[in-house]
Amino acid sequence: MSDVKKFLYVNRRAPYGTIYALESLEVVLIGAAFEQDVSLAFLDDGVFQLTKSQDTKGIGVKNFSPTFRALGDYDVTRLFVERESLEERGLTEDDLQEIMYEDEDDDWAEKPSIKVVSRAEMADIMADQDVVLSF
Amino acid sequence: MSTLHTVNKSPFATTALVSCLGHCKDGDAVLMIEDGVYGGLAGSQMAPIVEEMGKKVALYVLTPDLAARGVDASRLLEGIEGVDYSGFVELVTKHDRTQAWL
Repeated sequence: MSDVKKFLYVNRRAPYGTIYALESLEVVLIGAAFEQDVSLAFLDDGVFQLTKSQDTKGIGVKNFSPTFRALGDYDVTRLFVERESLEERGLTEDDLQEIMYEDEDDDWAEKPSIKVVSRAEMADIMADQDVVLSF
Repeated sequence: MSTLHTVNKSPFATTALVSCLGHCKDGDAVLMIEDGVYGGLAGSQMAPIVEEMGKKVALYVLTPDLAARGVDASRLLEGIEGVDYSGFVELVTKHDRTQAWL
C-alpha cells in the first residue's frame, strides 16, 4: 500500500451563514502540504460556495470565494459539483465561478477544476476514497 | 397588529422558512436574512412553496446578504422586495413584534 491516500472533503453548507465552508477551505489548504490525493465534493447547500460575484462588503466578513481559484497551485485540481444539488436550487454550471489549473502532465495546459457530476457519480466518488472529511 | 418574521437558515437545509410561512397571519412580513436569502431564489425546488405560502404576507430579503452570496436581485421570485440594514430597522418599527425563526 502506498503512502498516498485518497482524501475527499465533502462540503454541504452554504458560505457565510456558518463557519463550516471557510473552515473546510482552511483544512484543505493545510492538508495540501502533505501531498495526498485530494478531491473536493460540493453537494446540497455546498454548491452555493462556488457561485460567481460574491461581494461581502455589506456584511463585513471576508469573501473567501477567490481562494478556490488558488487551489490549483496546491495540486488540488478536482472539484466535483453535484448536478442535482444545483438544479434543486435553480442554479446551473454558468452560475459557478471559473476555476482553472495547469496540468503539468500535459505541457501545463489550462484545464477546468470543476466537474459537474450526477448524484450517482458522486456516490461512486465517495465510495472510492480512503478518507472522507465532512463539513 | 402584525408581526415581522426573520428567517436566517437556508430552506434547503432546515424547515425554518416553511414553518415560518405556515405560521404567518395576513398582514405579516417575512424578512429573509443570512442563509435565509436562498429562500427567495426563483426556479428552485422551494420556489413554488414560497410563492404559494407567501401570497398572504410581504416577502423581503436583506440585500447585503444577497450580494455576499453572489445572488443577483434578478434571480429572485417576483414580488420579493430587497431592503438594506436601515430598511430592516424600518420593518421592525412598522410591526408590533419581531419573531426570529432560527
